[in-house]
Amino acid sequence: MQSFLDIFDIYLLEAVINGILLGGVLALLALGLNLIFGVIDVTWICYAELVMIGMYGMYYLVQVYHLPYWAAAPLVILLVALLGAALHYLVIAPLLTAPPINQLLATGGVLFILQSFATVAFGIDFRNLGIRLPVLALGEMNFSYARLLSFVAALLGMIGVYLFLTRTFTGTAIRAIAQDRQIMPLMGVDTKRIYLITSAVGGGLAGLAACLLVLQYDVHPFVGLSFGPITFLICVLGGLGNFIGGFIAAFVFAEIISLGGLFSDLEWGYVLAFAFFIVMMFIRPAGLLARRS
Amino acid sequence: MLELKSIDAGYGSFQALFDVSLDVKAGEAVGVIGPNGAGKTTLMRVISGLIRPIKGRIAMEGTDVAATPAHRIVSLGIAHVPENRRLFPRLTVADNLKMGAYMPGARAKYAERLDFVFDLFPRMKERRNQMAGTMSGGEQQMCAIGRALMSNPKLLLLDEPSAGLAPVVVQQVFELVKRIRASGLTVLIVEQNVQQVLRVVDRAYLLEAGSIRAAGTAEELAASDTIRQAYLGV
Repeated sequence: MQSFLDIFDIYLLEAVINGILLGGVLALLALGLNLIFGVIDVTWICYAELVMIGMYGMYYLVQVYHLPYWAAAPLVILLVALLGAALHYLVIAPLLTAPPINQLLATGGVLFILQSFATVAFGIDFRNLGIRLPVLALGEMNFSYARLLSFVAALLGMIGVYLFLTRTFTGTAIRAIAQDRQIMPLMGVDTKRIYLITSAVGGGLAGLAACLLVLQYDVHPFVGLSFGPITFLICVLGGLGNFIGGFIAAFVFAEIISLGGLFSDLEWGYVLAFAFFIVMMFIRPAGLLARRS
Repeated sequence: MLELKSIDAGYGSFQALFDVSLDVKAGEAVGVIGPNGAGKTTLMRVISGLIRPIKGRIAMEGTDVAATPAHRIVSLGIAHVPENRRLFPRLTVADNLKMGAYMPGARAKYAERLDFVFDLFPRMKERRNQMAGTMSGGEQQMCAIGRALMSNPKLLLLDEPSAGLAPVVVQQVFELVKRIRASGLTVLIVEQNVQQVLRVVDRAYLLEAGSIRAAGTAEELAASDTIRQAYLGV
């Protein structure tokens, strides 16, 4: 009996730690989406598809063009950042004053365009980088280096965004713009430029997430569906546009998935997470950290 | 310094200003008085570019303001303290002031301007890490004026600085306006509080129903019968 409990605790601890590691990447994804929503007041339904394009970028640079991983990653981050800016310039900017449903439909359209484009251009085969990182064994617990690396890189990415938003003039303007759009010209702020920069940063975060996810998952045209919906749920649970709420919600979800997977199959972890979300929507419809006004 | 010629302006099909002309000379403090809904706020917005005139000409030291993109007008030396202060409520006082120094010319002198504003409002220095929305109305007004001063303007536009403040605080705000004037800044102030504003300005215009109805020195207006009866209650 005693030995059974020991093993059980080890597995529990392993699942908790794996949940934290998963939470880091989910928090990174949620931050990108929240940034766009919080600042521009638009939801990029196609956010996970930008990640998918970035994962293909990594695949081609590393597998086809034989660039080392560390050289390919900055290129992909830049590529997806430009993609984010292009998405804003071509799709969002003309629809800024349109009803939200039109904006949703437009970015939803981009989702299908990107999926179809990937299917035509890259085929439906599952592809991977061919990089197999070792596993770290701590006593009886096993952690993949890919997850540890992803967690640390995601955390650094989020710290970078935090410093950018709090220390720079542009970052301060990005935080200010959501609080009062109309008076921004009085500060000498060109709102169009701020929107473009924010979109590039949001895209860059999707690019960073792509670099990290491609270490753990195969890429295929529909890979966005594996983490797109969960990213939206995290943002809604944390309160759309609320960075701290999204951060907390990412770890709550990751733990539910990880612990749910411990007691049953991994899929049950997702079922539990989505069920939890539905219940929370009844209890706190505006999100965990809803502002009381 | 600032010259408006025959300005018509409004919102959509609603016209709020009709053929408004006025001028402000360097070093002057000029008031625009008038009742609620006379178009005073519209006048301020049209100067700072938040709305564009339908007709007429606005010049700041010879530059055509109406042809300048709204976010560049602050670089001409015009700083607008909007009605109801319009601080960023969930940014700290320091971040609000930082926003005032956003434009490239002001960024270079950010530290210097911050010292200047903290000298003028020691209270803001104490509160610099507090969320702007949690301060009292008078403190928020200080912060809003401080934010405008961060851009190192030549002309300060003040839109109803006394609105919604307790009488004691109104006194303090007008004292402040005097001090700002003394520092050499040109001020255009829009107010419903006619009695107070006529004590701090050199000249004033009376704006009613979107048109200038009277103009003169502060003493002339304070002595005129129409203004005494309608606005000063004597």
